Amino acid sequence: MNEENLLTFRNVAFSYDGEEGQRVEVLKGVDLTIAKGSFVSVLGHNGSGKSTLAKLMNALLLPESGTILVSGADTRNGEMIWEIRRHVGMVFQNPDNQIVGATVEDDVAFGLENMGVDPQEMRKRIDEALHSVGMENYTLAQPYRLSGGQKQRVAIAGIMAMRPSVIILDEATAMLDPQGRQEVMHLAKKLNREEGITIVNITHFPEEAVDSDRVIVMNRGEVLMDGQPGEVFSQVERLQEAGLDVPFTVRVRHELVAKGYDLPFGLHQEELVEHLCRLLLTK
Amino acid sequence: MLQNIAIGQYVPGRSFLHLADPRSKLLFIVMFATLVFLANNSITYSILIAFTVFSILLSRLSLSYILKSLKPVWLLILFTVVLHIFITKGGTVYYQLGSFTVEEQGVRQAIFISIRLGLLILFSSLLTLTTSPMDLTEGLERLLGPFGRIGVPVHEIALMMSIALRFIPTLMEETDKIIKAQSARGADFTSGNLVRRAKNLIPIAIPLFVSAFRRAEELAMAMEARGYRGGVGRTRLNKLRFSWRDSLIAVAAVLLILAIGWWRT
Repeated sequence: MNEENLLTFRNVAFSYDGEEGQRVEVLKGVDLTIAKGSFVSVLGHNGSGKSTLAKLMNALLLPESGTILVSGADTRNGEMIWEIRRHVGMVFQNPDNQIVGATVEDDVAFGLENMGVDPQEMRKRIDEALHSVGMENYTLAQPYRLSGGQKQRVAIAGIMAMRPSVIILDEATAMLDPQGRQEVMHLAKKLNREEGITIVNITHFPEEAVDSDRVIVMNRGEVLMDGQPGEVFSQVERLQEAGLDVPFTVRVRHELVAKGYDLPFGLHQEELVEHLCRLLLTK
Repeated sequence: MLQNIAIGQYVPGRSFLHLADPRSKLLFIVMFATLVFLANNSITYSILIAFTVFSILLSRLSLSYILKSLKPVWLLILFTVVLHIFITKGGTVYYQLGSFTVEEQGVRQAIFISIRLGLLILFSSLLTLTTSPMDLTEGLERLLGPFGRIGVPVHEIALMMSIALRFIPTLMEETDKIIKAQSARGADFTSGNLVRRAKNLIPIAIPLFVSAFRRAEELAMAMEARGYRGGVGRTRLNKLRFSWRDSLIAVAAVLLILAIGWWRT
């Protein structure tokens, strides 16, 4: 068992039958490993295979060829499947379609009930989980009365109660307003930092990837780029060829450099503002 | 337009009836319904009426809530009364007009049947008014548990009910949105005759169904991702527990059975 690598993909391929009977290759021989405790962002436009990647990680889908290991356990191993799903929690895109319970606490309890946890222990874990996502004042609230961001936080609490090692956010912010998106990203970062939970954030917002440890760019079923945010986002042309946007700061700097201004590379808005001011002063 | 529809008719509270176990309430209702059909004279009916009034007081609900539950069945009760008065024959003739007669048995039956219906409705609405839908589902699951052994999918049925309850507000919201979207494109849902109006509902129903199926699929995947694998080995957060209240309900049930059995003719 490899302690360092939580998730390992070895030459993983996946395809399905398209509507007109042809094979659609979603993933073509993907190799990657995700280290324990890291915050990884997976970028890619629609159809790049990034969502399939997520569903392969907790055995919702099984690879056509190749192997996927979760803490050393093969996702094809039927006996390990429930243990794998407990370890690899998943937050989906639509907040309404993943809440099962009629109240917040009922919903957080759902995963624990499935695991057969003792009711007393369950109560304790629910309180802890709701506390860690900042929803402790909504224990008995009905989910449909919550905002999108709050619903996603409840979904995360439902996973946290199961004591996972990884949380996969499968475009979990796509349907949220900017405030909700911020709430969820803030929480993901906090859980990563304070509780040591590995986060895999699958998204098409490049801004969300800026602060991660590592960015993986998917294109047409293959890993196009893989590295630190600085390395990846500095290749603006290559990203744009893959139909992907870059963070706003990077784009502004890129356009200005193209116009002949001398600006150093930076990922954060504050850096850009500072460089621009400096440029203005030295002129 | 649709936002004010309450789900079920549960009124939260902490009365004796609210805090009793849903299982004992359900069982009591079954017994009560049987007794209502066994009652056949004024003494037994009086006992049942008195007991119902007592239960209503015990629920500490305002009378208007409880009487509201009779509203949809007024017509039915009226209809049965009229039917019995004219059709059931026997005893003294009270009134005669041509071949129509109103006779003693008819009036008697009319009164008894309307009391019967009224009591049944009042008592069962007392259950839904004092029990949350979730508790009700769980109570049913537990009571029907033994049928699981002969192949009845009790856990699945209960889960279906609770998910349906959970999705009612979501689907309501969605219906509202679709109606607005269709209205914005010039659809008219408020004029025309009945057939026309029914036809106009199709552009609401189809998108609603399509999205409900999509939701169902996503929910199934989300449930699987959280380790759902059927009812075997599952535990529950809120275990139902019998208390002294349920013992009292059992005593009341026995007394009521004895009383009806004794005075029944």
